[in-house]
Amino acid sequence: MPDGSHEQPQQRQFNPYTENGGTILAIAGADFTVIAGDTRQSEGYSIQTRYAPKVFRLTERAVLAVNGFAADGNMFVKKVKQRLEWYRHAHAKEMPLRAIARLIQTMLYAQRFFPYYVYNILGGIEEDGSGAVYSFDPVGSYEREACRAAGAAQSLVQPFLDNQIYFKNQTPAAGSSHPTHLPLNDVLSIVIDSFTSATERHIEVGDGLEIYVVLAKGRSTEDLASIRGLQELSAKDEGDRMFIIRRDLKKD
Amino acid sequence: MNVFASRFSATGYASELRKAREISGDEDVSDVMWGSEGFGNLAKEIPTFAIPSVPDPAAFLRLHTDDHADPSCRIKIKHGTTTLAFRYKGGVIVAVDSRATAGSYVASGTVKKVIEINPYLLGTMAGGAADCQYWETFLGIECRLHELRNRERISVAAASKFLSNLVYSYKGMGLSMGTMICGWDKTGPTIFYVDSDGTRLKGDLFSVGSGSTFAYGVLDQGYHWDLTDEEALELGRRSIYAAGHRDAFSGNTINLYHVQEDGWKFIGNYDVSEMHYNGPGGKGGYGYDIRVEGRTSANPPS
Repeated sequence: MPDGSHEQPQQRQFNPYTENGGTILAIAGADFTVIAGDTRQSEGYSIQTRYAPKVFRLTERAVLAVNGFAADGNMFVKKVKQRLEWYRHAHAKEMPLRAIARLIQTMLYAQRFFPYYVYNILGGIEEDGSGAVYSFDPVGSYEREACRAAGAAQSLVQPFLDNQIYFKNQTPAAGSSHPTHLPLNDVLSIVIDSFTSATERHIEVGDGLEIYVVLAKGRSTEDLASIRGLQELSAKDEGDRMFIIRRDLKKD
Repeated sequence: MNVFASRFSATGYASELRKAREISGDEDVSDVMWGSEGFGNLAKEIPTFAIPSVPDPAAFLRLHTDDHADPSCRIKIKHGTTTLAFRYKGGVIVAVDSRATAGSYVASGTVKKVIEINPYLLGTMAGGAADCQYWETFLGIECRLHELRNRERISVAAASKFLSNLVYSYKGMGLSMGTMICGWDKTGPTIFYVDSDGTRLKGDLFSVGSGSTFAYGVLDQGYHWDLTDEEALELGRRSIYAAGHRDAFSGNTINLYHVQEDGWKFIGNYDVSEMHYNGPGGKGGYGYDIRVEGRTSANPPS
């Protein structure tokens, strides 16, 4: 009212969440895992930054991708890294992947009544040397899978993966069968195509692409030799090795 | 709950609120978090949860998370769908589908809705996937502690009552679970239905979830006590197929378990479409297409 009084009822509510767009993706192979995410961060129709990483290295063999509300995501990754460091000090070893998965469940569920608005995908190498992907919902339900896409373009990318990775609804030619695991180069092509296509059709996806590749101990790195923009993250040549591939995506 | 009792109880709504107010920072750091022991913040016997500092935390949670009725909310919690379990002379049959939906999106078609609590106990998942997964894992820990303390396995009745009392202490906070605790104890094959309202029922036959009505239809007409193992497994599988076929929120694959005196056994995973066209082992599909072949206008004689 002009005189300063309030005749209309007013309502206020606590709204601590926003959606920051972007998409993440992980695919497990027989002895490797690929975890990728775009680097655009947006709020509504405006782009806040063209480089905000969503994929983080946790240990020598574990990578965590977070998507949803960026502030919650960054805080969550910070706390997971802190717990992993404490574990290293207490046990003088790295936490195994399946244990990190369970840790993430309990950390998410501890916020059951005030959730982190974050979809997590954990990728890496298990103790038996196999590639693994774990996907989580915001309150901690999780499952080990061969591949998973999450975030803004989840509904564009996941059907593509169902087709290219799981060969869903496709009958193999007589006398042959679908492969259970694809070779690394095929997987990398699928990941890059997923993101270029998602960039074309989704306004919240684009700018940059970061692909983490984790290779099991003793696996040859031959098929990575021809990859452009490859950088090794692991300090030692023995044990599981980790690489990052950076690519540009369209910026409009 | 009694107002006086709730003021001093160690679990539940009132105590969570009290704890949240006591903690000045956003979170307390317990000693066990440094090591690997502890399930969440289990060091203090019961896990503690962060609560938003608003007058009504449950209303806050309702506003931001979708609970089936309101799919427009930001945080989509995965929902489970058709599950069933029944008791017969040869033990307990547990059958579930594997679809998880967030609104109308099929979030996953490979969910494990049977939670293996320990070699003698199974729990099923309907409602919030995380609620079922977390609390039934927690139940597994408590069951193991019971074994260590009492030198005997926990009864299904005791295990289910532990879970029922636990979820009851969080009543009104927004937990969502409808579960069947199945097992074999001193009294034989047993099923208890436990849900997040605090209901706990002993019975011979239950089905839970959005597809339960379809599953009950098949289950009720085929059920009797003297089923052979083969017939019982087929009835469980056929009932989940019916739900997968008629309920949009159920489907993908069927997981079948059999509980006998020496514990549970995983029988198999069956694709619902495969069951429709070819049936288990390719011995005739469940779909009625083959029964009407050449006899209806949609499928005229060639």
